[in-house]
Amino acid sequence: MSGQSVRYSYYPGCSLHSTAREYNVSVRAVAQAAGVELVEVPDWNCCGATSAHATDPFLAFALPARVLLQAEESGLDILAPCAACYGRLMTAKEEAHRRPDLVARFEKAIGRKLGPAPRILNVLEFLAEPKVTETIAAGLKRPLTDLKVAPYYGCLLVRPSKVTHFDDAERPTSMDKILASVGATPVDFPGKTECCGASLGISRVDLVVELSGRIVQQAKHAGAEAIAVACPLCQTNLDGRQGTAAAKLGEAFGLPIYYITELVALALGVAPGRLGLGKHLTNSLALLRQKKLA
Amino acid sequence: MKRVGVFLCWCGSNIAGTVDVGKVAEQARRLPGVVHVEENKYTCSEPGQAAIVKAIKDQRLDRVVVASCSPRLHEATFRRTVESAGLNPYFFEMANVREHCSWIHTDKETATPKAFDLVRMAVAKALRNEALTRGSITIEKRALVIGAGIAGIQAALDIADAGHEVILLEREPTIGGRMAQLDKTFPTLDCSQCILTPKMVDAAKHPNITLYTWSELEKVAGYIGNFTVTIRRKARGVDETLCTGCGVCQSKCPVKVPSEFDEGMGMRKAIYSPFPQAVPNRPVMDRANCTFFKTGKCKICERFCEAKAIRFDQEDSLIEVKVGAIVTATGFDLFKVEKYGEYGYGLYPDVINSLQFERLVNASGPTDGKIKKPSDHEIPKSVAFVLCVGSRDEQKGTTYCSRACCMYSIKHAIQFRDKVKDGRAYVFYMDIRTPGKSYEEFYKRAAVDYGVEFIRGRPSKIFSRNGKLVLKAEDTLLGRPIEVEVEMVVLAPAMLARNDAAKIAQTMSISYDGYGFLNEAHPKLRPVETNTAGIFLAGVCQGPKDIPDTVAQASAAASKVIGLLSHEQMATEPMIARVSEALCSGCLWCKPICPYQAIEAKTITEKIQGKVVSREVAAVNSGLCQGCGACTVACRDGAMNISGFTNDQLLAEVDELLGASRPACAAE
Repeated sequence: MSGQSVRYSYYPGCSLHSTAREYNVSVRAVAQAAGVELVEVPDWNCCGATSAHATDPFLAFALPARVLLQAEESGLDILAPCAACYGRLMTAKEEAHRRPDLVARFEKAIGRKLGPAPRILNVLEFLAEPKVTETIAAGLKRPLTDLKVAPYYGCLLVRPSKVTHFDDAERPTSMDKILASVGATPVDFPGKTECCGASLGISRVDLVVELSGRIVQQAKHAGAEAIAVACPLCQTNLDGRQGTAAAKLGEAFGLPIYYITELVALALGVAPGRLGLGKHLTNSLALLRQKKLA
Repeated sequence: MKRVGVFLCWCGSNIAGTVDVGKVAEQARRLPGVVHVEENKYTCSEPGQAAIVKAIKDQRLDRVVVASCSPRLHEATFRRTVESAGLNPYFFEMANVREHCSWIHTDKETATPKAFDLVRMAVAKALRNEALTRGSITIEKRALVIGAGIAGIQAALDIADAGHEVILLEREPTIGGRMAQLDKTFPTLDCSQCILTPKMVDAAKHPNITLYTWSELEKVAGYIGNFTVTIRRKARGVDETLCTGCGVCQSKCPVKVPSEFDEGMGMRKAIYSPFPQAVPNRPVMDRANCTFFKTGKCKICERFCEAKAIRFDQEDSLIEVKVGAIVTATGFDLFKVEKYGEYGYGLYPDVINSLQFERLVNASGPTDGKIKKPSDHEIPKSVAFVLCVGSRDEQKGTTYCSRACCMYSIKHAIQFRDKVKDGRAYVFYMDIRTPGKSYEEFYKRAAVDYGVEFIRGRPSKIFSRNGKLVLKAEDTLLGRPIEVEVEMVVLAPAMLARNDAAKIAQTMSISYDGYGFLNEAHPKLRPVETNTAGIFLAGVCQGPKDIPDTVAQASAAASKVIGLLSHEQMATEPMIARVSEALCSGCLWCKPICPYQAIEAKTITEKIQGKVVSREVAAVNSGLCQGCGACTVACRDGAMNISGFTNDQLLAEVDELLGASRPACAAE
């Protein structure tokens, strides 16, 4: 395989084309460094989170099912970096087995047959693929020594475990291992799988401030200097609400919230300037400079 | 010409409410062979049975059909009735028109013709029933009890006291089982050791009991009254006859490993006796951890042993014993609470399980009964007890309730409040279940007298904050999320079947359920018997239960064994497989299918066209065969038949049923 490019189907979803552009950049940067070619799903559509699955069971299935159908032709495994996209695709894949009625209705509506779904990978699984792991091990240019990072998994990467079949739903460790592999010190903290408040950030800001604030607080108290995430919404909430939360709790946080791919890309020698770290609301460069990583 | 009498039972309104019994009677009168039909409100009652006897005599009946309840309930009753009137009991046939008909239908329109169908099938079979005679076998008057926890000890003592020999088998170095690990027992709070150790000594000293510890069941062959059991006596590393139990070897042994008996809360040596009151008071050598076995050097124990009892070269030995009955009392395992990642067991040292708490609170435990946190050996000022860890949780554990955890956790909370006067005890529960004598009172005492705080809600998470453990839960009575900060958490794990329960069951040819618990023959009416005659159950190997229920069940199993062993001979059911040697081709497909290993090959010699020919045929061991019928299905020659359920008899029933659309007269 070495020398030849490995290909994955790539489903960025809406976030990575908009609010989480820097996530897209870092995923692509890591892929490039690993010699992985990402083939964007042609004419992809919304995964249906959160509105569709909260209102219409058929639409909730049909939207991600169409993405799977669009990806089918390439015959490649799908990388879905957004945790919500990943959750929706995995749910559709699982429902396709269990709900022939939904599949029939979907096929009738769209006029095409739904084939067997490919492997669907979230970013943590992608980073644990043998080819990628090898690259990381061989290509470490700037190990993140002394950087204490709390891995935050949130809810959708590891749950529901019947759908994701990934890691331990209550005490996950996959991101801890990735952090350790790039030289960082993973900091175990109780908030690992707590909810950040997700899309309530629009309708109930008070709740999100409380939930996200508590996660940042727990990470800080556990000795973390930063938090790593693998979900655009988690990033937005932890990053954007920690100021308000800190003021409310009477503490100072200032914890940068990095995408795990940003940290891996940095370790692989990608210049910080190329990663769009400036898009984060909490200063993400100061810590790196302090640690002589940028 | 056969003369059949049909007796139709109303079973009060149980049958008559849904089946038009009069109409069935009217139709039954027209069945070929039927000379007498009679209805009765309760056929099983004394007048009902007397009516059968009278009709047999008056009408010269030679076949009797009763249409009533399930044969499981009253077949034996009616067989006795028929026998008392001088008929062979196997001329009796039963139609189940209650469980199979009236109870499951609501309208007479459908139930009545169905009841008649069942009756005419029974009549068709009764016409072909043959006289059968019961056999008899000699009984080996000795019992084997597998497992020497409280269940096994109780059963062994009861059987031995009745005058029968008992072999008591235990795979651990000592007898005593789980109960020996406990401190106090609910609801009376009497000391577990004080009530158990005398029984352990009694068992060891009883002239009728032979004790084999550090020994395992290897093989079981034979059948009720005549089992041959192979036992593996694991190498103890100590000559038990020379050893005086002085304990010098374990005090001198330089190796320390976590003690299984103390649930990892304390240490033991590589040559050890699990606890000071162990029976027998003889140590075992743990070869996996022994320095000599690892490096070839040490032998300190041997140097200090004045009795010269240490044996590094001892090997396992196999012994064979003959017994007439077996009691299985193999106990249980605990659910691994680390499966609940959110509870932090293994991550936080002060999150422990209930059995570990028992060791901490036990006066003879590693902390001399002082409740100390494993992390810093300080006495915790607050403890949370979490119920149902693995019980009643289909997601992560088992569906069932483990039955004893509510009570022992309440006991733990009381013990903690008793020892730490200014401490706070919380119990997180879903439901508190106290179905036992004085149990509810005990619970009330905990809440009222001891101030134990009960919180209805299952914690969603346990995490550490500022050196304390925080339990996050929903208080479902208040309907709001809560956080409770404590210094120690005790998780009450589900009781599970032994991880090798399936192997134990297969060794003995008994059945087990989806969880691995060994199956009783009937959940209500045969609770200590198994489906294999001569093998009985006691204790948690059959299902979760507390000590009072375990002891009661053990004595019940013992009484069954005593009943069995009180006879020299025992009658065997005649409804077992028999081979028609003329039809048998000797393919022996029946042999591997037989779950009781009752079929062997046998060579017969016969004359065929003037020549003497030897050939192989199947032979059924009547002692082993349980009449399950698997072989008759496998037999491609139709040579295998179950007496009382022959192919001919069953097909007669089917023919009768399928002929339903034909005119009634076509049958004869």
